This record gives sequence, structure tokens and C-alpha cells, in this order.
Amino acid sequence: MSRIDVGYFPGCSGLGTSMEYERSTRAVCRELGIGLREIPDWNCCGSTPAHSTDAALSAALASRVFAQGEKAGIGDMITPCPSCLKNLRAALEHLEDPLFSARVEALTERPLQMRHRIRSVLQVIIEDVGPAKIKARVRRSLKGLKVVPYYGCLMTRPEKLMRFDDPENPVALDRLLEALGAEVLAFPLKTDCCGGSFAIPARAVTPRLAGRILDMAGEAGADAVVVACPLCQMNLDLRQGQIRAGGVDRALPVPYFTQLMAYAFGLPEQEAAFRKLVQDIQPAFACMSRRAADIEAEEGKVAAAEAEKARKAAERAAKAAEKAAEKTGTKDAAADGAGKKSAAAKKPKGKADVDGGEA
Amino acid sequence: MKIGVFICHCGSNIAGTVDCAGVARRAAAYPDVVYSTDIMYACAEPGQDAVIAAVKEHGLTGVVVASCTPRMHEPTFRKAVERAGLNRYMFEMANIREHVSWIGKDMEANTNKAAELVRMAAAKLRLNRELKPKSFPVTKRLLVIGGGVAGIQAALDAAEAGLEVIMVEKQPTIGGKMAKLDKTFPTVDCSSCILGPRMVDVAQHPNITLYAYSELEEVSGYVGNFDVKIRKKATCVDWDKCTGCGLCTEKCPSKKSYDRFNEGVGPTTAIIIPFPQAIPKKASIERDYCRMFNQGKCGVCAKVCPTGAVDYAMQDEFVDVKVGGIVAATGYDLVDWTVYGEYGAGRYPDVVTSLQYERMLSASGPTGGHIKRPSDGKEPKNVVFVQCVASRDPSVGRPYCSGFCCMYTAKQAILTKDHIPDSQSYVFYMDIRSPGKGYDEFTRRVQEEYGAKYIRGRVSMIYPKGGKLLVRGADTLMGGQVEVEADLVVLAVGGEAAAGSPALAEKLRISYDGYGFFMEGHPKLKPVETNTAGVFLAGACQGLKDIPSSVAQGSAAAAKAIGLLSRNMLDSDPQIASVSVNRCVGCRKCIEVCPFKAIQEIDMRGLPKAEVIETVCQGCGLCNATCPQGAIQLSHFTDNQILAEVEALCRF
Repeated sequence: MSRIDVGYFPGCSGLGTSMEYERSTRAVCRELGIGLREIPDWNCCGSTPAHSTDAALSAALASRVFAQGEKAGIGDMITPCPSCLKNLRAALEHLEDPLFSARVEALTERPLQMRHRIRSVLQVIIEDVGPAKIKARVRRSLKGLKVVPYYGCLMTRPEKLMRFDDPENPVALDRLLEALGAEVLAFPLKTDCCGGSFAIPARAVTPRLAGRILDMAGEAGADAVVVACPLCQMNLDLRQGQIRAGGVDRALPVPYFTQLMAYAFGLPEQEAAFRKLVQDIQPAFACMSRRAADIEAEEGKVAAAEAEKARKAAERAAKAAEKAAEKTGTKDAAADGAGKKSAAAKKPKGKADVDGGEA
Repeated sequence: MKIGVFICHCGSNIAGTVDCAGVARRAAAYPDVVYSTDIMYACAEPGQDAVIAAVKEHGLTGVVVASCTPRMHEPTFRKAVERAGLNRYMFEMANIREHVSWIGKDMEANTNKAAELVRMAAAKLRLNRELKPKSFPVTKRLLVIGGGVAGIQAALDAAEAGLEVIMVEKQPTIGGKMAKLDKTFPTVDCSSCILGPRMVDVAQHPNITLYAYSELEEVSGYVGNFDVKIRKKATCVDWDKCTGCGLCTEKCPSKKSYDRFNEGVGPTTAIIIPFPQAIPKKASIERDYCRMFNQGKCGVCAKVCPTGAVDYAMQDEFVDVKVGGIVAATGYDLVDWTVYGEYGAGRYPDVVTSLQYERMLSASGPTGGHIKRPSDGKEPKNVVFVQCVASRDPSVGRPYCSGFCCMYTAKQAILTKDHIPDSQSYVFYMDIRSPGKGYDEFTRRVQEEYGAKYIRGRVSMIYPKGGKLLVRGADTLMGGQVEVEADLVVLAVGGEAAAGSPALAEKLRISYDGYGFFMEGHPKLKPVETNTAGVFLAGACQGLKDIPSSVAQGSAAAAKAIGLLSRNMLDSDPQIASVSVNRCVGCRKCIEVCPFKAIQEIDMRGLPKAEVIETVCQGCGLCNATCPQGAIQLSHFTDNQILAEVEALCRF
């Protein structure tokens, strides 16, 4: 596997509330050959409090992160957090404006020299590695696990800034989870808002919005809601008590996609870090195993039926060939019939092989 | 030469930022200028009279008017100097409004520029020659492109006036969008009942020749004498033999073809008669779905056809006709609304377009006039209408108002209540635009008598939940969010210029705007003319409009065409190119660049020479600029005239 080397911006949540995201991201990247070089002495991206108060101060925080990257020779970096990504990208875009850039440089006293690019961990995994390589790396398939992918507001929007996937109906996470073997259910609220940081100024909003998402996931029949954003994860997982108080009783685990990848790659629990989740994921895995067994049994039956069908078809072909040979009495016809017979026998058998491979 | 100069104030339009009297004073000193004055409104009757009086009083032999764009009033002043006894080409115009006063506020700079432009015009005028038009005969036949209601109206009016009419329709039947509608607003009368007889009239009128399932291939020639090539697309059914019995459509085994007429509401067969009232009522094969074409075997329709009309080997045919005028009436198409990811981008079967809903409402539609949800065939109780989908939305490149959606949505809400009395309609709207006769009363009736709930706000999201669709949006009057549980969502999708409009415009050599709509000659004063003589516009191809406006424009276009073709002879514009045979070396460069095929090669005593066909030349000047020998001159724009202008401008 070709190596990818990028700068890494973990984001503040990664050191606290989303430690499991951070830990599993590092493990998964290591396994996929993505070399992460942490930005030395990085600082907070500014998050919502900064950019909603002062654009220049917010961009100054981001600008220092890029300047720190430059110090280590890093121009290309990735971050797991969509909110950090949005802030850093918005800063880069604003800095294109020379007047704005001058204001920011006056604050940082560190003009940027390199061309910077920042992408999400999800984008790099899906675009630079791709589902095929991910599938090849799977040791423990998630077959039987029903999941809904939840991207949140920011992963693909604002469209012009994020430039990743379809803004309203993204599929990157869908493809990734399918590659892990999971069954991805249709989920119309993929990009709906979870309530974000409204939990602080207007507490009632978040459980209502997060509840709507959990309710839809439950109705779709999901075992888990898979996320890629620390704040979404917290709202959906940590607030399930508040959500239940609001009348939506859906006890669903909310793992990060990187945790499921770590599991599927066969990495140990301390790297998947499922124990950090509030809502236990083990019942979902138990469900998955039962369903996987059922699916395998069903597939076995189908394969057997197919084989039986193929055997009968071959018999019929052989008989027809014999008859034809008797009628004409020529060797040619018999040879022709034999050819048909082998072709008929070959085709279904080939298909069974493929099925077996997938199983 | 004795030149008179008239500087127009245009009220304050020019005089506001140009010292008109000052320009007139300066112009008096220009060579050959014997009279110079400023004037309040040169185009008004007193202004024209003053020009005429000055010509007579001072014995002027040429006139310069400095005012607005020549596109506006050059013909006006040419007529005025003609009335004064001069040749109409002994006149020049300097544009000091659009090119000067409207674009700058610096009085001094503007006055200087205006004076320079007048100096150029006067310098050119000194070299003007009297020009006389030639006349040529007119072909008294009209081509109507498009058989929707606008085209039908234009064709019938022209045919009634005694003109021969050729109608070309892209689809296998005429009727256009109106034929797909169930009822029409604001009278709620049956669309096909009022359109059907007109369609029959087209088929039966002795003066109308209809080419259905045909397209315009090529146009050449000029006003009064266009040469048109029509492509008759292969229907694979000999329409002379086809009786329209429909046996083939009953027996066709390929039953999953996309039904274009019914907007895909139900499947159809590969051999079709689009609808029972189709004109012409003839079958045609959709090759994309036909087993004979895709699998190489079938032939059921050929077997069952009682007249042996099916011919799989049929090829496209071409028909050449000569016409004197052309009416473009190509209509509109619905915008592809699947760009709206938030409305499901087409993933949810119970989100339908307004036109699909019309087909559901129609008694002759695939559901027999019963409103059924596409997903499960159940009758919906809550129907949500979303207006301004791909209208007034710059984010999808459709900033304009489609104009008819407010009204048809109100009509559909009324029809919904008529079809399902215990249903409830919700209409999300931005503004209600109902300025027609009886229109606003209609939109009130749907709310007050039919109980439709109108919610002022945009819909942010539509998604399925528990077998229903949740429609989430804003209620800007209540200042809050709303969620409506819908069984069916109807999107009032806006219109855009019909597919292929720009290509057709280029064939017709008419202008089109950034959205593909054809440009009228003047937004107010020439609504059906184009800038190409002899080509007229009718209906939504010029800009989206409802049925009454389309019909009115159809009649207007016909009136213009009748006026043109009522004349036996037309005057040709004398501002055309001519070749000096002494200088011409027969290099053929002019023949290659001429966009009108107006130059031909002739043999003159064994030498090849270029010759301009006077009636075809449009005076564009391409050949003039291309000729390496300087052998081609454009009358009224000779090299010497252009150089005189340049010299007037670059005196220092």
C-alpha cells in the first residue's frame, strides 16, 4: 500500500470528549498507510465562539495553526473534526483577500508562505485510499450490522467551502461502511442538524433535534448511528437521557466510523475504544452476529439450490446430447452436445464460487 | 455639401450631462457644416418638422442628428429627411445618449466626447452617396415552428388570412404543453376540450401542411425568400397507410417504455399514439424501447397492422420548402428539478411535478383521472404544493419568475378538493403573483371556498417517514417553522426555454438570452419581431407566459407575418457589398467567410471573380474586411468613409 504523509490537526475535542475518535483515527490511519504528523504545538481552531465574534481573531487562530505547520514543513493537513475543518477552510478562503490577510498578519506577525490544504479524515480515507483497499483490509466483517450514516451539517456544507461529496445526499460514509460489510440503510436525515452548540444557549433545542435523528434511525431499523463529528456524537450519545425525557425512546449506540473501521480491521479494543461510548455498542454487535449467522444459513440454502439446479440442467443437457447423437448418428453432434453440457455446468458453478468468496 | 447638425436634449436624458448648445456651437465650425442647432426632442413631431424646415431654408444636402442609438430612431429620421426631399442615406446619426450621457457624469468630458462623435458623423456624411433600394418578389408562405397553442393560433390566423402555412412539430402530435393539462385557470374549463377543436382545424385546414415528428434542419435565404430544409424523422410507420386504429399499441409486448406525453406517470408501449385526441392520430415507434431495434426480433406490430404500415427500415426524410416568413413558437420545458437534493432529487416516488400531477388529474391520463400515490396507488388525503421550485432561485441559475405557477397551483388545489372532497391542500408560496383578469379572485377562492391552507415560506426539506412525506419549511408570517405530513407532494416546477432553443436560434440567426429564450426586437415596442427580418416569435419561447398570453402573441405574430407577406415585392437594403472586378483576384476568401452564402464565384473571360447576390447580402462587412485586395466595398460603409471617421477622431 502506497504511503500517504499528511499533517494532522487533532482538534480540542480529540483530547477530551472525542478521545475514542482520536484514538481510532490514529490506529486506522496507521493501518491504511496514512502517516500522520501532528502539527507541533497546535492551538484551538477558534470554534464557534471565535468566528461568531470576530472574523479576524478567528482567522488569526487558524493562521497560527498553519504557521506551526509551516515550521514543520507541512502544507497538507487533515483533521477528524468537521467543525475544525470548516473553520480552518473558511480562514484559508478569507486570507485570499489581501486586506483581510493584512489584518490577520498584524495579529499573528507570521505571514504564511506555503500553499495550504486541509481535508477531513473521512475525505482522505474515501478519496485517497478508497473502498476497495478498505475492503481488502477487513478482518472482521460487519456483515449483519444495520447502520445509518449520519454526516451532520458541516461535513459537506457549505457546499462551496467544503467541496466534498453531494451536499444534500452524501454517500462517502455509505460506501465506506458497505466496504466494511455493514448493511447501510436509507437515511433521509443524513445531513439534518443535531442541535450543534445550541445546547448551551437554548437547551431544549438540542434534545428535540437530536431526538428526531435517533427516532428516524430507530424507525429505519438501525442497530447504530455512525457519525464523523465529535459534537454530533456527543449530542446523539450523551444526551439520550434528555432525548428520552422528550418522548423519544431509542437506545442506539453512536460510534464514530473510525471505531467501526478499527473493529473491522481486527484491532484491539483499546484502539477501537468502544468503552468510551455512553450507549453500549455490544448489544448491536450481538444483533449483528445473530443476523450474520441467519444470512449465512440463507445464503447456504440458496447456493445449494443453485448447485442442484445446475446439476439438473447439466443432466438434461447430457440427455439431449445423447438423444441427438442417437438420431443423427454422427460424432460431430455428440461432440457438440458435450461442449454444451460442459458450458452449462460451468456457468452456475462459477457463480457459486463468487458467492462463496463474498461470504 | 451643405450639412445641418441637430443636437438633441432628449429632455434631460442628454442635456443633464452634456452641454448640447455648446456641442452645437462647436459643430458649426466642422467642414461643410452650414447650420447647427440644439433641439429639445428631435424625434417628436416639432423636432422632425424643425429638421425638415432647416433643410428647406438652408438648402441642406445632408443631415446629422446627435441623439440616441440608431437602433431606436434611425428609421424615424431617415423618413424625415426623405420628407424634406433628400435621399434617406444622406443622413448620419451620432449616439450621444447610450454612448455618452447615460454612462458618465462629467459634463466637460461628456460634452467633448459628444462633439467628437458629431465630428465623426459629419466627416462620414461628406462621403455619403445616395442609395436606392431594389425590390424583389415575396414567397407567400409562412413556416410555423412548434405546434403548441401559440403555434396553432399563429398558423390558423395566417391560414385564415389566405396564406399557405407549413407547420413543423418535433413531437409525433401537436398540442404542446396545453394538451397535457387537465383544466385551465381561472375558468377551470377542460383543456383538451378547448384545444382539441383547434388541433383538428390545423389538420383539416386546406392552407396548412403539417409535418409532425419533424425538425428544422437548415435555414438559408432572407426575408421574403427563406429556403428551409425539414427533417422528417423516421416514425417506422407509413403514415399514409396508418389509420390510427391502435391495434399495434395494444399488442406491443414492450410495455415499459417511458411515456413522454404522460410525463412518465405510467409506462407505455414502444409503438405509440401519444393520446386519443392526438393530431395526427398516427402511430410511431420509439426505437429506444422497441424490441425489434434492441433485440433484433419481435415484429408483432408489423404482424397485427391491418394496413401493413409498419416499416422498420424507414429512414429520416428531408423536405425542402421556400417560405417568406417564419414564426418560432417552440415553447418551454420544465426545469430538471432533481438538482434539489433537499427535495429528494427524485428518490421519493410520491414527490411529483406539477405536470405529472396534471396527467394524474386528467380523465384520459394513465390513472383515469384518479389521484393515486405513485408509491402504493393509495388516494392521498394531505397534498402539499411547493411553489417556486426552480423559479426565483438564483442558486440553481433560475432567478426569473416563471409566471404561471401561482395560478396553476391554485387550480390544482381546487381540482384536488373536487377529486377528493375530504382532502386538505397546503401551498407553500413566496408571493402570490396573479395579475391577470380574474386571477386574483381565483387565488382567493381556493383559500376561502376550497380551504387550501396557504403558508408563506420556503420548504427546506422533504423526507419520508412512516409511509408519509414530512415537509419541513418556514412560515414567515407566523415567524416559525412548520412541518406538514403529506401523502403526496406536488412541486410547482418552473419553466425554461425548450431543449435545443439556442441551436434553433442560431439556425434562424436570431438572438437568445442567457437562459435560451429568444430575444424580441424591442422589449416593449417589438414584442413579436426579432432582429432578423421575417422571423417572428410566439408563446413561451420568447419568455414564459400562460395560455391567454401565448394565444395573444400567436395572433400578434400571425398579424405581423400577414402584413409582411401581403406585399408582392419587398425592398432590399442597399447597404450591401459590391465587388470591383478589376481588383478581384478570385481568391475565394470572401466566399468562405460570408455567413449568408451571398457571394458566388463567376467566370469572367476565363478568370474567376466574386459576385455579390444583392438580395441575399445582409451588409455585415465580413467580406469587406477579409478581402486582401480591397476589392470589396460596403455601400454606406466604404473604407474611405470609415477612414474619414478615424481621421476626424485622431486629428492630432
